[in-house]
Amino acid sequence: MLYREAGQFKASYQEDQQIFPIRQDKLGFIAILGFFFVVLPLIASEYWLQAILIPVLIFSLAAIGLNILTGYAGQLSLGSAAFMAVGAFGAYNFILRIDGMPFIVALLLGGLCAAAVGVAFGLPSLRIKGFYLAVATLAAQFFIVWALVKFPWFSNNSSSGVITAQHVEILGFAFDTPVLKYLLTLAIVAVLALVAKNLVRSTTGRGWMAVRDMDVAAEVIGIRPMRAKLTAFAVSSFYCGVAGALYAYTYLGTVEPEGFNLDLSFKILFMIIIGGVGSIMGSFLGAAFIVLLPIFLNVAMHALFAGSMPAGLGSNLELIIFGGLIIFFLIVEPHGLARLWQIGKEKMRLWPFPH
Amino acid sequence: MKLKHTALIGATIAGLLATGYAVAASEQFIGLPSYRVGPFGSNGASLYGGWIDYMAMVNERDGGINGVKLTWEECETEYNNARGVECYERLKTKGATGNTVFQPLSTGITYSVLEKVAQDKIPMVTIGYGRTDAADGRVFPWVFPMISTYWTQASAIINYLGTKEGGMDKLKGKKIGLLYHDSAYGKESHAILDKLAAKHGFTVEKLAVANPGNEQQAQWLQIRQMKPDYVILWGWGVMNATALRTAAKTGYPREKVVGVWWSGSEEDTIPAGDAAKGYTAAGFNVAGANYPVVQDIKKHVYTKNKGNMEDKERVGTVLYNRGVVHGIITVEAIRKAQEKYGKGKSLTGEQVRWGFENLDLDNKRLTALGAAGFMPDLKITCADHEGGGKVKFQQWDGTKWKVVTDWIEGDKSVVRPMIEESAAAYAKEKGITPRDCTKEM
Repeated sequence: MLYREAGQFKASYQEDQQIFPIRQDKLGFIAILGFFFVVLPLIASEYWLQAILIPVLIFSLAAIGLNILTGYAGQLSLGSAAFMAVGAFGAYNFILRIDGMPFIVALLLGGLCAAAVGVAFGLPSLRIKGFYLAVATLAAQFFIVWALVKFPWFSNNSSSGVITAQHVEILGFAFDTPVLKYLLTLAIVAVLALVAKNLVRSTTGRGWMAVRDMDVAAEVIGIRPMRAKLTAFAVSSFYCGVAGALYAYTYLGTVEPEGFNLDLSFKILFMIIIGGVGSIMGSFLGAAFIVLLPIFLNVAMHALFAGSMPAGLGSNLELIIFGGLIIFFLIVEPHGLARLWQIGKEKMRLWPFPH
Repeated sequence: MKLKHTALIGATIAGLLATGYAVAASEQFIGLPSYRVGPFGSNGASLYGGWIDYMAMVNERDGGINGVKLTWEECETEYNNARGVECYERLKTKGATGNTVFQPLSTGITYSVLEKVAQDKIPMVTIGYGRTDAADGRVFPWVFPMISTYWTQASAIINYLGTKEGGMDKLKGKKIGLLYHDSAYGKESHAILDKLAAKHGFTVEKLAVANPGNEQQAQWLQIRQMKPDYVILWGWGVMNATALRTAAKTGYPREKVVGVWWSGSEEDTIPAGDAAKGYTAAGFNVAGANYPVVQDIKKHVYTKNKGNMEDKERVGTVLYNRGVVHGIITVEAIRKAQEKYGKGKSLTGEQVRWGFENLDLDNKRLTALGAAGFMPDLKITCADHEGGGKVKFQQWDGTKWKVVTDWIEGDKSVVRPMIEESAAAYAKEKGITPRDCTKEM
């Protein structure tokens, strides 16, 4: 009854192919966007904006990037954090070295740098698959971080390799408060997510999925695996690169190459596994889960056991519960949170007459 | 019945949450961005344990600072920059007057919040780590890299090696190996050692160890080939014990290995076993539980079973005592600020910043605190946010640290101009006008 679709007729292919063919979905999505764009900036505290919402959005973008490569094109990658680093250091150097470089252009150029590096490290994917490819992308992870530390030019000869992001200014308007930074991040993430959603529904995206499902068969029906794989690497790295630049500019403010280590790559991989491999929405759900859960556990531990438990035990318990919950979710729903939502939606569409 | 039940549960939960806010009228809140898990968890546990114990002791013994109770809350950072920023934002507004001081014990987190602390008016104290050029208080009014920065320490180590050789001129032609953690922290050593090498005529051979540093065979084989006269160990966590063990395996005498203060704790030497014997390390505080301040903690906190350390044996270790030093400096700064802004009042971060900037811990005050010889004397000014710049060297005899030198000072004539130059470059990049210290009060 909640999801009554009676009377919604599709009279053209265009109507049938839109992102949200069901009216309730469309309205719900607009309501969610409205909530995040209008209501949250009004009610959320600085802490929520700066420490929770911005990182969730940025990691969602990185997870979309990895999802394009791993979820849609089937190429396992462990180098997402390194591509983020390329984006961050790329944008930094463009703004530093070119006078009057607009922020958005620098952001996109940083993403393009990451895309170029991604294509270079994606070349082995033409020959090797699966776990072997994962190891090849691991090389990207270590090489890029090493290179950023090794050559002081990247960090403008900073003695410690740390870069401090310049102030964000677009058309003379300074984005310096948490609310403005949040809105900027949200706008960029929303636009890029929309592009990604349409990309995976297009010829390119279908090519990726064909290669993922069986590359020999894809070749037989006329899809060029080289082109599909390398575009997947390029687009994926571009997304990671933009996420990295946002990480530096709207979230942390200062970054060091060491911060983009293998742990971060794994974290992004966990996000898409928990959220749902091969789902744009899953990227958001997974990022929210991985970023928010440890913080929630930390706060909950303090609220419940403050003083009555040794602090070391509490910290370790958080990790144990976090790991336990990940395993629990994977057992209950191996296809991730996005699949849970899909099942729930199907049930709601049939409710109350499931038969 | 059911409604009553629900109401009861609701009331209990509300009560639980409310207890957190029902605090005494005057309190001074200190947010602790601690870490007790991860590769550096045991280091964090000792240091924050010592700090918490000292604050608990001040509350128990003196009833707080002039009647103002110290309150605190921990937030787990896992030594991770993003979590550190989250903790900073979370702790910022807690307590009656917000967070008093932020001390993350991580160079990475220090960099991440460097600009935020100035906006939020919360002082950040980084004792023995963090951004070196922040010692120039004219450019960085809100950051205090106290006691000694990395550069001063490197210079003090060279001075120590000089006295060991029998004079600084004897260092000419010597070869010194630098085994460093390949990160922002490890790379802090490069600029200063190059400068000192040029001044004293020795050569520096830099060898990077990738994080976390549990594989160093290649580096030590290189050291064996180069035969340096000394090796400076600039490591952290698991890297230190591995370095000592690998040194023993490749036959490099540990007497010639000198560690920095983050490489010189029981957490580093005990896991290395016999391989650590004879190893020397710098420290701005010494080990030992016989100092009156540590005895007071035992008496007022541990006999009442309120101690923070799970393993009481670790009370009096190097890192625990370093935590006590953090506690002393924090408490004394609040005390100093109360003299200006009103005794017995909760102070804001901005007011406590004044306390840090005018902190003067001379030997008389340290004796009164029971910490004479425990930490160096310290005087902070508007321009100089570093203060002392003195370290002692301790040697591991197989079971405990033994102090082998008096306080050794770094070469300020070399370090200070470097700090000012670097800070000026930062000020230029960021468009900061340095404060005029003659007008500060």
